[in-house]
Amino acid sequence: MLLDKKRELLAGIRDGVPIGLGYFAVSFSLGILAKSVGLTPIQAAVMSLLNNASAGEYMGLTMIAAGATYWEMAVATLITNARYLLMSCAMSQRMDPETPFRHRLFMSFDITDELFGITIARPGYLSPRYMYGAMIPAIPGWMVGTALGTLAGSVLPLRVVSAFSVALYGMFIAIFIPPARKDKVVAVLVVLAFASSWLFSWLPVVSALSDGTRTIILTVLLSAGAAALFPRKEQEVTGA
Amino acid sequence: MRIYLYILVMAGVSYAIRALPMTVFRKPIKSRFIQSFLYYVPYVTLAVMTFPAILHATQSQVSGAAALVVGLAAAWLGADLFKTAVACCAVVFILEFFL
Repeated sequence: MLLDKKRELLAGIRDGVPIGLGYFAVSFSLGILAKSVGLTPIQAAVMSLLNNASAGEYMGLTMIAAGATYWEMAVATLITNARYLLMSCAMSQRMDPETPFRHRLFMSFDITDELFGITIARPGYLSPRYMYGAMIPAIPGWMVGTALGTLAGSVLPLRVVSAFSVALYGMFIAIFIPPARKDKVVAVLVVLAFASSWLFSWLPVVSALSDGTRTIILTVLLSAGAAALFPRKEQEVTGA
Repeated sequence: MRIYLYILVMAGVSYAIRALPMTVFRKPIKSRFIQSFLYYVPYVTLAVMTFPAILHATQSQVSGAAALVVGLAAAWLGADLFKTAVACCAVVFILEFFL
């Protein structure tokens, strides 16, 4: 049992390393924006430590720059980060009912696109320790990258930033391809997701929506369509 | 001080969004439709976020497209998360020497 827990933690750390490196590289530009808005490196670090959200923090900094009210800040954050509601719903249904409640509180803290993806991609009940393991490189990567961005600006060569940012997409691909290979419904969904996401990126009206909002709309439409046409059998919904 | 208040508002809302469903839905939802919907959500949402965004994550769309193809191929051939991420990373790193 103890060994199992340790193994889960180590597996999480391993998968968290590319995420942490990706976060580190990508968060520099967030730090540069934070500095231009007037945040100190410490403030930028605190913001990234407590938020762990790329688009959400960009939006927040824009609101600070615009001198928004706290109420406006709350609404903007809610809209920008609303996709995490959906991710949290999906995770809630994959928790072992025996898992102590506190794990739900701790795991929720770092539901990011990447950590959600890797945690839910594992078969069976979600493993809190796997997710905590992944947080160990991910949280400092994001926080330190943001702080250094305010201090140093863009010190990383652009090529390195490019390379690390696609690492994050690489992880997404590694999450949706294996089930797509096994299951035609998921395969078709992935193709439709690519096609519709591309369409939404240039079609009038919808292309004016934020990335986060488009992600929610397409996720809800496609997943609901698939659920209506191809409902899963009871035992299939817990094992990814 | 004002900045810290802004940060606290952001952090509070972000955490509430993430923690509410996890703490409220503690029992399995009975509806087969909802269960199926939530089963499909991770794959759809990650696929939507990957494309076309990966093309714009790099200095040149060519290297982004190459990373996409390599990532798809690696994952299809059974590479795990870590290896797929490294493969995508390496392709862009090498290609952008030349582009």
